[in-house]
Amino acid sequence: MAGVIVYSANPELALELITVARLINDKVVALSINDDQLAQALSQAGAQAIKITHPDLVVADTAAVAAAIKQVLDGVQADVVLLSSDRRGKELAGRLAQVMGAGCLTDVAALEVKEGQIECQRNALGGATIAVQCIEGPQLIAIRPRSYPAAGTAAGSLEEMAVEIKASGVKVLEFKAKVGDKVDIEAAETLVAVGQGLSDEGQLAGVQDLAAKLGGEVACSKPVATDKKWLSEERIIGLSGKKCKPQLALLLGISGQVQFTVGIRDAKVIVAVNTDENAAINYMADYIMQADLHQVVQELKQKL
Amino acid sequence: MNIVVAMKQIPDLQQIRIRQRQPVLDGVPAALGIIDKNALEAAVLLKEEEGGQVIVLSAGNEEVEETVKEALAAGADQAFLVLDDSIENADGSLKAPILAEAIKKIDDVGLILFGEGSGDNYSGQLGSRVAELLGLPQVGYASRIQIQDSQAIITRSLEDGDELVKVTMPVVVSVLGDINEPRIPSVTQILKAGRKPKEVLELDELELDLSGLPQIKTLSNLAPETNRKQVKVGSVEELIQALKTEGVI
Ligand SMILES: Cc1cc2nc3c(=O)[nH]c(=O)nc-3n(C[C@H](O)[C@H](O)[C@H](O)COP(=O)(O)OP(=O)(O)OC[C@H]3O[C@@H](n4cnc5c(N)ncnc54)[C@H](O)[C@@H]3O)c2cc1C
Ligand SMILES: Nc1ncnc2c1ncn2[C@@H]1O[C@H](COP(=O)(O)O)[C@@H](O)[C@H]1O
Repeated sequence: MAGVIVYSANPELALELITVARLINDKVVALSINDDQLAQALSQAGAQAIKITHPDLVVADTAAVAAAIKQVLDGVQADVVLLSSDRRGKELAGRLAQVMGAGCLTDVAALEVKEGQIECQRNALGGATIAVQCIEGPQLIAIRPRSYPAAGTAAGSLEEMAVEIKASGVKVLEFKAKVGDKVDIEAAETLVAVGQGLSDEGQLAGVQDLAAKLGGEVACSKPVATDKKWLSEERIIGLSGKKCKPQLALLLGISGQVQFTVGIRDAKVIVAVNTDENAAINYMADYIMQADLHQVVQELKQKL
Repeated sequence: MNIVVAMKQIPDLQQIRIRQRQPVLDGVPAALGIIDKNALEAAVLLKEEEGGQVIVLSAGNEEVEETVKEALAAGADQAFLVLDDSIENADGSLKAPILAEAIKKIDDVGLILFGEGSGDNYSGQLGSRVAELLGLPQVGYASRIQIQDSQAIITRSLEDGDELVKVTMPVVVSVLGDINEPRIPSVTQILKAGRKPKEVLELDELELDLSGLPQIKTLSNLAPETNRKQVKVGSVEELIQALKTEGVI
C-alpha cells in the first residue's frame, strides 16, 4: 500500500492525522518542523518521526515549509501526504500539492480505502451536497480537524533531518494569541443558536439564560460573530465554523442557508423559530414555530 | 503598481435545488464567488490609496464575459479572461497553470488577491498553487492589508491568533470573507462596466502543456438524506411537551 507522510504544526491535529494515516498504511512517517516537543509526541504515538531542522525555517513561510517537506519526500517512499485542514494546513496544502505535482482535496471529513483507492468525503456546492472523490496521481489530502480521534501511545522512532531553504521574504512581526472563549460547541448536548433575527446585542443575555437553563451552550450563525461581533468565532455553526451533533438544537432567527445547515444536520432534534413561515430552515427542522424569537425565549425561560 | 484579483464564476448557490438528492444546476444563473468580492473590494480600497490598476482575472466558460461585468461595475478597471468550456469543472492542478500564465502577461503586478475559498468548492488551494508556480511568497487568510513602499504588512487571522507579517511584493494573498463589506455598484457604474477594457484569450492561446496532470475523480455527489418531522407547533407549551416526549429536555 501507498507510503504515507503526515504533517501538522498543531500537535493535537498531527496525532489525529496518524490515526487517519493508519487506515492507509501501518507505517506512518510524521514530520515536525524545528519542534522537539511535537517530534517526541509523534514518535510516542508510534510514528517514524522526522524532525526537520533549519534555524531560519518558520511555519509562517509557506513556500519554505513546502520546499522543506519536499526534500523529505524525495528521500522517503511516499505518495500520499496528509495535512490538517486548519488554516495553516490549508494554506500549505495547495503549495505543497503544486510542488509534488499532486492532486489536492481539502476539508476532508472522512476517508475510506476501497480496493487500493482512497475515497474522500467532502462538502461540495457550499455544503448542499457531499461529494465522494479520489485523486489519481500523487495525493495530498487535508483532513478536517476533529474528524478522527488522536492516535494512542505506541513505540515509534525519532530522527532529525537538516534541510536547505531559501528565505521567501515573509517576516513575522508579531503573533497575538486569541484570548478568552474556550467553548467547545461540538461537545455540547444542547445548543441554542441565534442568527441575524436577534434584534440587538442586549438580547443575548436572555438567550444565554435559556441555554444555561437547558444545560447547553450558545452558538450562532456566521454573521452574528463575524459581522456583528456579538459572539466569538468559536461559536459559529457551519461550513466555515463547527460541525455539531447535539441531541437538541434550538435555532432562533436563522434563515437556513446551506453553509449554515451543513453544520447542524447531524443533530438529533432540530427546532426552528422564525417569523418567516417559508424560511428554508423549516425544511430542516423537526419542530417549527413561526414566532418572534424574543417572545419565545422569554416564555421558554419562564415555563421550563 | 497593479493589483490582480482572481475571481471565479460559480452557480448562484441560493438557486440550486435538490431533486432526489441530486443537485439541479440547469437554469441556475452564474455569479461571482462571495469571498472573491471581498478580495476585489480589498484591491479597490488599496488602489484608491496607492493608485495603479485593478485587473480582475477569471478563467471559465464563455459566460464569464458577461458575469465579470459585476466586478467591473464594483471597481475593477480591466478584465483578463481565459475562456474554455473545459475550465468550468476543472480541478486546481489544471487551473493554477492557466492563472499563473495569465498573470505573467500582466505588467507591474504587486499584489495578487484570491478569496480564501471559492463559493462552491471552497477548497482554498488555488492561490497557494499559483504562488508556487510564480515563485512568489504568499500570505493566506488576510484580515488586513497595508502597503508600505515595496512591502505589504498583512494580518493573517488563524484559529488561535493573529499573525502580523511583513512581506516583499509581489505577493499572493488570500483574504477572509470578513475583511471588508463589498460596495454595491450604482446604476451608472453598471452601465459603464460594459465599456471597460477586456482582454480575452482562448485557452490554447496560452500554449500550455496541460498533459499528465493529476485528476480528481468524483464518485458521487449527493445531498445528505434528510427526513425531518417538520411538525408545526403553535405555542411554547406545545413545544416543551414535544421536546419532553423526544427525551431531549
Ligand atoms: C464560503 C462561505 C462560507 C460560509 N460559512 C458559513 C458558516 O459556517 N456558518 C454560517 O452560519 N454561515 C456561513 N456563511 C453565510 C451564509 O451563507 C448565510 O449568509 C448565513 O448563514 C446567514 O445567517 P442568518 O441565518 O443568521 O441570517 P439571515 O439570512 O439574515 O436570516 C435571519 C433570519 O431571521 C429571521 N428573523 C428576523 N427577525 C426575527 C424575529 N424577530 N424572530 C424570529 N426570526 C426572525 C428572518 O426571517 C431570517 O430567516 C458562509 C457563506 C459563504 C459564502
Ligand atoms: N476559475 C477561476 N478563475 C479565477 N480565479 C479563480 C478560479 N477558481 C478559483 N479562483 C480563485 O481561487 C480562490 C480559491 O479557490 P478554490 O481553491 O477553488 O477554493 C477563489 O476564491 C478565487 O479567488
